[in-house]
Amino acid sequence: MSRRPLVRECPPTTWYFRQPRYLRYMSREITSIFVGAYCVLLVVGLQRLSAGPAAWEAFLLGLRSADSIVFHLLALAAASYHAATWFNATQKAMPVQIGEDFVPGNLISGAHYVAWAVLSAVILYLAGVF
Amino acid sequence: MSNSPPRSQPPLAAPPGGAAASLGRPGGSSERLVQLEVLRYNPDTDTEARFQRYEVVCQEEWVVLDALNKIKADIDPTLNYRWSCHMAVCGSCGMMINGEPKLSCHAFLREYEGVIRVEPLAHFPVERDLVTAPDDFMEKLKRVKPYVIPKEKKPISEGEYKQTPAQLMKFRQYSMCINCMLCYAACPQYGLTPTFIGPAALTLAHRYNLDSRDGGRKERQEIVATHEGVWECTFVGACSEVCPAHVDPASALQQMKITSSIDWIVEHLIPGGKSARDTVSREDAGDIS
Repeated sequence: MSRRPLVRECPPTTWYFRQPRYLRYMSREITSIFVGAYCVLLVVGLQRLSAGPAAWEAFLLGLRSADSIVFHLLALAAASYHAATWFNATQKAMPVQIGEDFVPGNLISGAHYVAWAVLSAVILYLAGVF
Repeated sequence: MSNSPPRSQPPLAAPPGGAAASLGRPGGSSERLVQLEVLRYNPDTDTEARFQRYEVVCQEEWVVLDALNKIKADIDPTLNYRWSCHMAVCGSCGMMINGEPKLSCHAFLREYEGVIRVEPLAHFPVERDLVTAPDDFMEKLKRVKPYVIPKEKKPISEGEYKQTPAQLMKFRQYSMCINCMLCYAACPQYGLTPTFIGPAALTLAHRYNLDSRDGGRKERQEIVATHEGVWECTFVGACSEVCPAHVDPASALQQMKITSSIDWIVEHLIPGGKSARDTVSREDAGDIS
């Protein structure tokens, strides 16, 4: 009997259509593009701030445009989804053992959501929202 | 190995309304006519794989493995596949069932509608029909040294290496792996980058790193903390979703990324931070209570 195994290649560009879970994974990864783009926007804002009042005002005016508002809404949604996927993953990456038992995973992930909410409230407070 | 033409199944009229229609039998368990589309490949005669469809009468409570056994016994004795225990323990009968890595002894026919497509495990070379070549996995398994490497060797006369229940619980989940390779079939990173050590082997490395009796973490890190090791993992998480033993390899790999990162920080950013791997190893395997 000859041994001639058949090798089936994983399609390098279409593999993520094979399973819904792969699409969920890709959607998580794609959200990082928005997160990265928003970071670039923040750096540009800092640069404009350092360039003087006129440059800063022009930057703020640009942020009020319709395109900018749409981008910010998309970036907020993407960042929230991205954060949620990682908060949900914390219970896998950082299990806490007390004696023979492990702290329930929901508590670990939940603590991150609580910290997220508290820090967001603090930042909004410092920004003068309320 | 012969490849004689399939024998015909005992006559049975296909009921209307689908491939897996129920055939109720008074006084007994119900039967159903199930259609399976099975990937066939004969290395002696074929240059590529093809699908062959079978119709087989099955009991309602049967699993896909039962249907394959029925096909082999009554319809086509040339069909090849692996199985042993029929109770989700041995890990031999892993297959792609409707595109999902499953133990065929754990895939109940009643959970499927229409034609059930059965293929060999993805990402592994196909030896024949549903039989894959596990050589790559076996080689990688050996590389991570999946056995206790005692911190301090002692003669048998000094007795056993003792362990508290808490120390056992730290790694017990990761010791439940049955080497079924479903996680490799589910992992797109392994499919795209075959040099990736992969979920099960890395999880077993983690299992022994966490063992209080073990002192081999530094040796394993030579394999684990590399681009072929945990850093090839992008946390798709499919390995944990398909694991029939609930081992959760994704969690093991993320934990190893954290400890490997701590190693790097201690070794490169903290003055005098030598032997970080040994330090973390002692923390991993040390007393808990």
